[in-house]
Parts: sequence; C-alpha cells; structure tokens
Amino acid sequence: MNPSIPRPYPPKPANAYLFATCLIDQFAPQAGLDTVSLLQREGISIHFPEAQTCCGQPAYTSGYPDEARIVARRQLDLFPQAWPVVVPSGSCAAMMRHHYPKLFANDPVLYAKANELAGRIFELTEFLIHVVGFKRVDVGGSCTVALHTSCHARREMGVHETSAALLAGLTQVKVVRQARAEECCGFGGTFAMRHPDISAAIVSDKVASLKESGAQRVVSADCGCLFNILGRAEKIDQSAAKGTPSLPGEHIASFLWRRTSGGEA
Amino acid sequence: MSQNQTVHFHPAEGFAERSRAAVNDAHLRRSFRGAMDFLQAKRLSQFPDADELSALRDLGKAIRLHALANLPDLLEQLEAKLQANGIQVHWAETPDQANAIVLDIAHRHDAKNMVKGKSMVSEEIGLNHAMEVAGIEALETDMGEYIVQLAGEAPSHIIMPAIHKTRQQIAELFAAKVPGVAYTDNVDELIRIGRDVLRKKFAAAEIGLSGVNFAVAETGTLYLVENEGNGRMCTSVPKVHIAVTGIEKVVAKLEHVALLNILLPRSATGQAVETYQNFISGPRKPDELDGPDEVHLILLDNGRTQAYADVQLRATLQCIRCGACMNHCPVYARIGGHAYGTTYPGPIGAIISPHLLGLEATYALATASSLCGACVEVCPVRIPITDILIRLRNEAQAASAGKLRGGGRARKPLQSSIWLVWSWIYGQPWLYRIVSWLMSRGRALAPSNQGAWTRSRTPLNPAPQRLRDLLRRPASG
Amino acid sequence: MSARENILGRLRRAPAGAPVPLPDVAAWFATTPVEDIATRATRFKANIEAAHAEVHETNAADWPSLLLEIAVQKGLGRLLVGHGTAQAEVLRSQPQHQLKLVSYEQPAATWRSELFENIDCALTAARSAIASTGSLILWPDASEPRLMSLVPPVHFVLLDAANIHADLHAAMTNERWAEAMPTNALVISGPSKTADIQQTLAYGAHGPRELIVLLCHRGAKSS
Repeated sequence: MNPSIPRPYPPKPANAYLFATCLIDQFAPQAGLDTVSLLQREGISIHFPEAQTCCGQPAYTSGYPDEARIVARRQLDLFPQAWPVVVPSGSCAAMMRHHYPKLFANDPVLYAKANELAGRIFELTEFLIHVVGFKRVDVGGSCTVALHTSCHARREMGVHETSAALLAGLTQVKVVRQARAEECCGFGGTFAMRHPDISAAIVSDKVASLKESGAQRVVSADCGCLFNILGRAEKIDQSAAKGTPSLPGEHIASFLWRRTSGGEA
Repeated sequence: MSQNQTVHFHPAEGFAERSRAAVNDAHLRRSFRGAMDFLQAKRLSQFPDADELSALRDLGKAIRLHALANLPDLLEQLEAKLQANGIQVHWAETPDQANAIVLDIAHRHDAKNMVKGKSMVSEEIGLNHAMEVAGIEALETDMGEYIVQLAGEAPSHIIMPAIHKTRQQIAELFAAKVPGVAYTDNVDELIRIGRDVLRKKFAAAEIGLSGVNFAVAETGTLYLVENEGNGRMCTSVPKVHIAVTGIEKVVAKLEHVALLNILLPRSATGQAVETYQNFISGPRKPDELDGPDEVHLILLDNGRTQAYADVQLRATLQCIRCGACMNHCPVYARIGGHAYGTTYPGPIGAIISPHLLGLEATYALATASSLCGACVEVCPVRIPITDILIRLRNEAQAASAGKLRGGGRARKPLQSSIWLVWSWIYGQPWLYRIVSWLMSRGRALAPSNQGAWTRSRTPLNPAPQRLRDLLRRPASG
Repeated sequence: MSARENILGRLRRAPAGAPVPLPDVAAWFATTPVEDIATRATRFKANIEAAHAEVHETNAADWPSLLLEIAVQKGLGRLLVGHGTAQAEVLRSQPQHQLKLVSYEQPAATWRSELFENIDCALTAARSAIASTGSLILWPDASEPRLMSLVPPVHFVLLDAANIHADLHAAMTNERWAEAMPTNALVISGPSKTADIQQTLAYGAHGPRELIVLLCHRGAKSS
C-alpha cells in the first residue's frame, strides 16, 4: 500500500495480459496499439482478454461501491494464468492494485482473488523500467516535451519516476519541468463533471504552466489527464481561432513507440 | 441538536455558487496561489530527509492512534489529573452546551470582556455570537483573527485566518475601523497598531479564552503553541482562563507532545518550532503573582463521537490541525476557505464537517475533491483522507440512511439509475461490446455539447474503431 | 444523564479497533547523536539566532556589565527583575548605572497598567534550553512570574550553557517533568512574531520585540 516501499518485480515474462482500460478501448485505441507494439518488440506475447470492460473506478470514486463491485467482479476472472497484467494507465492500475482488495474486503473468496490479481498489476511505465528493462535507441529528431504524471500514478503507484526515466532514455528528447508539475490536472473522473468551475480553473492553470515550460508537447501515462489537458488546450485554441494546436500531446506509449521505431506508428 | 443552535451552515446549498465566485475572483486566486506556493516550499525545506519524515509520520500516527484507541480511559485520566491540578473540567455534547458553560462562568465573574486566543473550536461553536448576544465582548487577539473579526468575516484558513487578505486590504480596514489610525500599508506599522489596541484589552479583560493543541492525560497539562504571545496573554493575564477543545485532542504521555511538535509547526507553516510552547497545568498558586485564579477546560463532542463510532471514520480524529492538507490541496488553492462555508475548510474540513453538521448539509464538500491525494501525501499523522472522502460519498448516496447523520440523503433517483445502467453495461461483456460498438459507429452523432465537460474543453469523441477491433485485425507489419 | 456520561458512553460503546501499543517515542529520540556541551551551545545559538534572537556569550562574572552595556545601547530605562533572585541581587550590587531596576513584588492585578506601559525590559533566568530548536525553557514562579517574559518589549534571559539539552524530549526526561509539572512551563524560541499579514514576518506582535540571551559559559571563557 505504501508506494515508498518497493514492490518485488518478476523477471521479464514470455507472456503478459493487457488490461487496456475503457478509455483507451473506446477513445484512444492508438495508445493501446502502441503499448502492444512496445511490449511485443521485447519478445512478450500480449494477451487481450476480450471480456474486459472497465476497472470500475468511475463508480467507486463517485460513491457507488455496489455498482463498482459489479463491474470489478467481472474483471477478476479475466486473467487466469499467473502472467503479469499490464495497464497503460496509472489511475486504473492503482484501482486494481490498491482498491480491489478494499472493494472485496467482505468476501473472503473474492478478496483472495482480488489480492492475488493486485499483486501482478503493473502500470505500463513501471513494467517497462522494472520488468522489461526497456532500452531502445531514440531515432527521432530533437524535441522538447513536458511530462504530466497522474496523481494516482504518482501517489498510489509511486511510479512517476518510471515515466521520467523512460523519457530520460531518449537522447534527442529534452524534458522540461512545468511549474507545479506534481499538482493535479483537475480531472478526477466525475469531479470534472460535478464541479466544472473548479475543475476548469485547475486545468486552465495546468495548460498555462505546460505552455510556459517551453515544451512542444505533453506526454502522460494516463489518458484521463490527457483528455482533460488537451481538451482544455484545444478549447482555448478554438476561442482564439488558432488552427494548429498550441499544446499537442499523446500517451507515453505512443510517444515511446514513435521515437524508437523509426517514426511509424 | 437543540432548537436554538447558534451556527447555521448550509454548505451543500450554495457551494457551487460560492466556489464559482471564488475561481472567478482574480484577486483571491492570486492571494491563495501565492500563499500556497510559499507554504508548500517552506514545509518542504523543513523536511529535507524523506525517510526521516516518513518515520516521523509513522510515529505521529501511532501516537494519535494510541490516544484514540484508549480515548474514554484517557479522557477520564485527563479529567482526574486536571482536577487534581486545580483545573475545572466541563463536558459539552453540543455547541449550545459549550457556550452555556462559558456564559455561566462569565456570569459568575460578572465578566463583560473576554480576550480570545486562536481557537477553531470556538469558531465551531459560534462562541463570539453567543457572547455578543449575552452582552459580552469576545475579542479575537491573534492578529489574523483580529483582522478577520474587524472585517466581520470568518477565518479562511485554520492556521492563517486572514490569508485571503492583502496587505492593502488590511491597511484600508484598519484606517476605516480603528479609531485614530491613518492609512498605512507598512506591515510593521500595522502590527504595532494591532498590538497597541489589544494590549489595552488584555489588561482589562476578566476572561481569557483559548483552544488547546494537545491535552496530556499523564500530567493533566494543556499544551498550547503560538508565535505572537496573545495566547499567553489570554491564559495568564485575565483572572479566569477557559480552554475549549474537542475530545479527540488528548494524548497519553507528555513525551508524545515532544514528538508531535516536531511535525506540527513544520507541517503547518514550515517553521522548525513555534515561538511559544505553553504548558498549563493549573491555576496560579497562592504565592504566585500572576496567572489566572481559575482555569477551566471544556471538552466538546459536537459529532466527534459519531466519527469515533466507525472504525474507518475514526481516523478523522487523528488530525492535529496543522492545515498542511489545505496548503497542498488544488481545490482549496482555487476557491479558498470561505467557499466551503464550514469552520474547517479544505480536505480536513470535508471529512470532519459531516460529523459536526450532518452529511446532508456537507455532502458537496466530500465531492469537491479530485481525490488527487496531495493531502494524504503531506498529512503528518497519515489520515487516509481520500479513502474517507470516498466512504462519505458512499454513505451520502446509500440506499439506506446508515449510521451517519444525514446519510443517504444525497441519493438522487436519476443519478442512481444512471450508475445502475452503467454497471449493467460494464458488468456484462456482451452488452459492453454492443454499446461500445454502437458508440464508435455512431461517433458522428456524438454531441458537441457534453454538458459540464465541454464548457471548458472540446468534446470527447469515440474513436472510429475500438482497440478490440484494431487488435483483431492481422498485424499490418 | 450528564453530557459527560453520554459522551463517555458513546465512546465506550464504539467498536474496538485494533489494539495499539504505546508508541516508543524515546527510541526515536535516542537515535540523536550525543553531543558535548560546547556543540549543543553552538547549535542552540545558531538556531535561536535564526529565529531573530540576540545571543551574547559571556560568563557568570561578566554578564551584569554586559547587560548594562546593551541596555544603555538600546536606550532602555526601566528593567523589571524578579523578587529575591540571585540575578536581581547581582544587578543591584553593580556600581552606578543608568538602568532603573523595578522589582516584581506585587500581584500583577495591583500594578497592571504600570507593568504594561512603563517597563522597558525584563531579566529572567532560563531553567534550561534546547539545542535542536534553539529554545529557552522557563518555569515561571513566585520570584520570576510569567508576565516577565511576555509583557515588557525587551526580554533578557540568563542561560547557563551547561543546561542545554539536545531536544525537548531530552529536557522533559532529564528534568523529569512528568513527575511534577509546574503551573506553567514555557518553551520560548525567539521574540514574539507574526506572519498574519500576507505572510510577511513582523516581530513584537504581542510579546517582546527583542529576545536577548546572555549565554554564560562556565570556566574561563569570556566575551
């Protein structure tokens, strides 16, 4: 539970599951494809259980634990082999790793199952650094990026260093640090819908600090944050009638794959 | 709660309006942003060693957990020790009871003037108002509290009450409200003005009122910390000292204070130590030439036993009121303390207020968090604030009322139905497959107005093909 | 049922959580490296100076003349001293000087306006001190009452360098506070201050504007 205590990491496996998350499946499939490309290039067979839907976090954080349990319960049975489960989202990974055991605390059988699964949930960048030992040559041109780490990745998974380490391994990429980099982007799932004014204020500040950092683009290991940040930046561009995006961005899997595969996605 | 409850908070109604007004107030935003940046940096500078901090927080938490695990016993021990030391102990279940006890003491001494050290519990019980109604002047003497009282406002932060005000605003306030004072925005001058006004009040007051940082059961000691010296004035100049505190502020051992006060000032304001640590273990002895003739302690419940009754929510009472959670909260930084509408704002306010005021009235505060966990990361006693926020959301929307006052009252049929349908879709893989397929095929029909989302962002549109469709295609090389 | 019984009753009826052992606070403080007197004095001085106090190193013989000299420099006229204390006697026996000594002999209530308005400075002894936070420990009593360290704008404190503890925990345990607490124990870590106006630090909020420590070393060392 305490992210400051290092967890044990397995050796690089021959097989791994992908839990792609509902956001990637429906809204950002490219990030999922690039995740698969990155892992398969390392010689890992990726298995995508078709019955996967959502980790259940939206209901869990909105005060609907029963509904969250119904959905989470479905995911518990999807990974029968003892392979690692890679999740290209710090937020969903944290849900499965830290909150599944709490969600099923009152059912000994499901609790045991949730606990077992939690032990082999890995956020993508964590997996690439600690399990895969990712080392690929940067073949892209020089560029400047800023990294936004989701709060759950940072504080619940303790993996903000792994995204940074992956970027640091790209020789042509200059990483700049935006002001208040560790502050939330204001997404927070249904928080953005329930308190739109506060959320908008937070994300506007985030967009401003990213732009001020001098970064040409923002990368993140969480699609929720990206949709929030990029959607806000785009909206600002629209009202300023700007044609080209002033703050482009992408999932770190896509960025990594592009930089290390010769530019083709 | 009795009928003539003096404090009327309706934070659930109006929170959206107040927070909207706050985020659009550039002045306020700048004040808070500047203060938060300053306090965050100062705190960080006091904890250079992350491992040491982590161990300290473990110990701080252990001390508070130990105190809570033994709370009824420790309260009885505290009471016995205080009484043996000559301090009178009173118990109050409600704000009204607490105010009545204060008034009773005041009447016995024919008191008309009360000077107050900083006490959030006195804010919680609406003491100033209760005194005013009874014809007693209750004057705040902490500089920040004095400023806020002069302006007719409430504190916007539990440690720095006037954090929302700029120097110029305070200068204007003094010029308008303090007789014979010309406008000056020189901080030293402003403080000198406050000092001069309040010195006369200290010398004239019959009653000094204070809060308590920790009450030590082992020795019967009230422990108070402060920088200004007004707290010491209130507890040693008037002939009567009344301390008010929540029942959770007790610790077992005197040495526990030594450890907790490593965490408290560093977490609160980023200072290594406060100027004054004041250990009060009795009224003056017959041969002493100053100090109060009487010392009273009022132990207040006001909903704390409700938090205590639940093993998870009990952690709320670990709090040592440092304010670090609000200093690091992205929501608090944007809206400030007043928007919350409660005595305790920020993350700690969102989790303690439901017990003081009922969940129905405070539910909006529990939802006003992105659950980013910045508060959990800095809490010196490791309160799992985000888990508690989630729990409060559950309780507020539960189908049955549950054990918390106002539980289940935030449940809305439409919203519950939406989540139920959501759970059907995402809980049945075949249904999810159909719905998500329809969404990607019908993406052209995705609304450009997505409610709250698109007020500040471009619409979120489904991809033309889902990941599962793309993965099913043979690799194109 | 009284409020007391109701509250305690609710607390006692609450489900017991996991048992919690008494935290071993002493073990934490035991990890602090042991320092000699000189090192503790140096650390005390650095820390309290960082909190805006003045520290003058002196000794048991020289401090009275040093105090008088500082008082003259600062233009202080009336010095409040304790009743029947050794330091008051020593000052009284000093050769002619400008400083008028006022003795705290009557209950504060009988001369409050004088105390609040007509005293420039006070001298008290410190019982001991703390190196880690640069703090003075005072246990006010009948001979040196509590307002001496609070009301006058300048506070002189006489401290024996041999009485500096590593931290508050060491002070409490070495001096066995828990066995018998005084009515009032004070730990003072600088002059009175506030940052309540726009986080701008200002001194002399309600208590002394200046805190002047006369740090007395034993042995030959002299300022």
